[in-house]
Amino acid sequence: MSSDLAIESAGGERMRINMGPHHPATHGVLRLIVECDGEIVSSATPDHGYLHRSIEKIGECVEWPMFVPYTDRVDYVCAMNANLAYCVAVEKLLATDKTTAVQVPRRAEVIRVIVAELNRISSHLVAVGAMSMDLGAYTPFLHGIAQREGVNDIFEKLCGQRLTYNYITIGGVGFDLHTGAVEEIESFLAQFEKEMIRFNKLITTNTIFRDRCAGIAVISAAEAVAYGLVGPNLRGSGVDWDIRRDEPYGIYGELGVRVPVGQGYAGRTGKVGDCYDRFIVRLLEINESVRLIRAALKLLPPAAEKPADPVGGFQADVAKALRKPPKGEIRVRTEAPRGEMGYVIVSDGTKTPYRVRCRTGSFTACSIFNKLMKGIFLADIVTVIGSFDIVVPEIDR
Amino acid sequence: MTEIIKPGNDEQVFTTTVDEFLAWGKENSLFYLLFATACCGIELMQTGGPRYDVDRLGMIPRATPRQADLMIIAGTITHKMASRVRTLWEQMTEPRWVVSMGSCANSGGPFSKYSYSVLNGVDKYIPVDVYIPGCPPRPEALIDGVMALRERVRKYRTVGIRDKDPHVVQGADCAFGSHPGKASSLELGASSPQGPKA
Amino acid sequence: MTSAAPAGSELQAPSSKLDNAAIAERVIAAHPTVAARSSDNGQPYLLVPPAEIVRVATLLRDDAALRFDSLMDLTGWDLSKYPATPPSSDLVVAYFLHSLAHRHHLTVKVQVPREAAEVPTVSGVWAVANYFEREVWDLLGVRFAEHPNLKRIMTPDDWIGHPLRKDYAYPQSYNGVAHLREGQRFEPPPAPKPAAAAPPAAPPAPRPPPPASGGGAAAP
Ligand code: SF4
Repeated sequence: MSSDLAIESAGGERMRINMGPHHPATHGVLRLIVECDGEIVSSATPDHGYLHRSIEKIGECVEWPMFVPYTDRVDYVCAMNANLAYCVAVEKLLATDKTTAVQVPRRAEVIRVIVAELNRISSHLVAVGAMSMDLGAYTPFLHGIAQREGVNDIFEKLCGQRLTYNYITIGGVGFDLHTGAVEEIESFLAQFEKEMIRFNKLITTNTIFRDRCAGIAVISAAEAVAYGLVGPNLRGSGVDWDIRRDEPYGIYGELGVRVPVGQGYAGRTGKVGDCYDRFIVRLLEINESVRLIRAALKLLPPAAEKPADPVGGFQADVAKALRKPPKGEIRVRTEAPRGEMGYVIVSDGTKTPYRVRCRTGSFTACSIFNKLMKGIFLADIVTVIGSFDIVVPEIDR
Repeated sequence: MTEIIKPGNDEQVFTTTVDEFLAWGKENSLFYLLFATACCGIELMQTGGPRYDVDRLGMIPRATPRQADLMIIAGTITHKMASRVRTLWEQMTEPRWVVSMGSCANSGGPFSKYSYSVLNGVDKYIPVDVYIPGCPPRPEALIDGVMALRERVRKYRTVGIRDKDPHVVQGADCAFGSHPGKASSLELGASSPQGPKA
Repeated sequence: MTSAAPAGSELQAPSSKLDNAAIAERVIAAHPTVAARSSDNGQPYLLVPPAEIVRVATLLRDDAALRFDSLMDLTGWDLSKYPATPPSSDLVVAYFLHSLAHRHHLTVKVQVPREAAEVPTVSGVWAVANYFEREVWDLLGVRFAEHPNLKRIMTPDDWIGHPLRKDYAYPQSYNGVAHLREGQRFEPPPAPKPAAAAPPAAPPAPRPPPPASGGGAAAP
């Protein structure tokens, strides 16, 4: 921590500022110990653990399907993706033994992609909205939240929850799509696309906003890789890597995911890998998600394919396999809105996992903070935090 | 106690007590601290958003505790965070109100059983007025809780005789959730949490 | 505006993927102490002696054919209740590597005894290891030698014990406040049958007595 740094007075006195754990711009309970020389930051040390809820330990205490609700809480801004990551991991573990392998119904696979991409949209909306709010523009945030409500309405009809869905289950999804869901999703997307044009006029092309983001906290591609950045933060630095395209799971392989990367979108003052690039990559990913949802809706098999499922859900029967899963371990990675969400699962062959480890994007994003914030202005700290779209329970779990 | 007096002309004059007048003002301007730790915080955010719009209840988020009357504990409080919550609460000016939003803040919620690091109920550190159950509570539930709180604020007396223990909602008048136990700030004693260590 | 490879980035180099056997062969040729193993469900990994890990890691990162430029995950677990043959009470530290240049994976594991759990740090090889290792130290109690800042990251500095060890005793109180609610009983997590008698790692330091409302907190 910064307390062991010598306070030198090089023409001025250093000041130590405690930012957080309660700070509106840290998106939760992140704490930064900032040391600055005038307005220039000389070090910013993140302090974590204010939301450490021992989810990994809980994973060792509850049974396999009982852990799914906890994955919602690992990343509640995109709970569907978090569900999906764990369920795909357990399915892959079961697939390592022929006797326990499960076949996810095709319709469930398609529904998974639809809800995951819808959730990606609503997560990115919070990200870009909150970033603009941190920079002083409150209205775009409200626009983002208003659109998020549209996604929430669909999910609420689908599974009864607005935030923590517990919808994707091991072996499928909890319920089939509700009546009229397809039309609802289509009409949401149609009005959403119009709304995004308004949103972009409001903030994305706004000169003040762009100038505050351009050229700030530039991360080179090699640095981004060394510091384990993932997802939009990695792609913002120009690295062309997306697990949905390069190591597809589910039906992503059939959809042909297109991957936007940072290209110095801010123009003259912009550099590849600055805050504006990360912001733009998120917006482009929203567009891509809209396209993927439309493509997936086309693939949706008729509901008549629905299997006769003893528990009433829309899923393969996994109850027997989960009582005696194969002994061993598996590591599976999926692409959540905040980048790779990877699970390491160790099973001892009983009905509770032996070890569940969740690797999240925000945690590694924090590892680069100190390096990145050296030498920037104090007021730019919120830009940097906003551009990384960190969600604190993902850091602390 | 409020009376309407007609002094003759068209003007109307109210007579009331100072207390009631202050309570009326407080009730309609419950500025809340923008404080969210976990998932419930997103619902709090959406409650402040355009659809549920708590601004119309006179509730405006404030970034600093010194300007806030109401603290909505939205989310899980861990042992590490708890002393900070206490500090924030101490920085708010009297009269201050606390709403505990969600199972985590009420009792530890889904983490109370197997977690080693979650504080099982924020009322171990600060007194709570209203408990809202849910994981997370819907925005409607939050607004319902706030309406119940306004009831309490209306009864609060600044200069007159105060309630002995104004901060405990008794089970019966708390229709939206059971009260899990007496607020236990007194237990803190000598080991009262310290402020953030720099 | 998709996937136009930015100029000069060799990360987009055409893939020349190696399979696990080829990677293992290459590593073992340079470091004969490394062993190629596979887990109970057939997932291959390399078992590296703790003392060798930094040299192996450097080779994995720098060798032109391997080029594991990203450490995707670093974690660990406690073997003491795992039905392994032979039973062991060791701690495992696992490194999950990925090469963006060649698009191949590798799992590397290190096994250390729990009483003297110490592994040299690889934070000089992959910068992100700094954070991962702090987490493993905090939650599992594996010390990383020569780590630049080996401090607890999740739990408070004065926390006792390492929670992800299988013999971890839940706290009865923290900061003078009881962990459980009044009347709440602690239900120990379902215990799988113990495999090996595991000696406790660190003697639990005395805790302040829980206040009167402590309920019936009992360590599992
Ligand atoms: S009550 Fe539920 S939704 Fe709210 S913070 Fe706790 S886990 Fe999250």
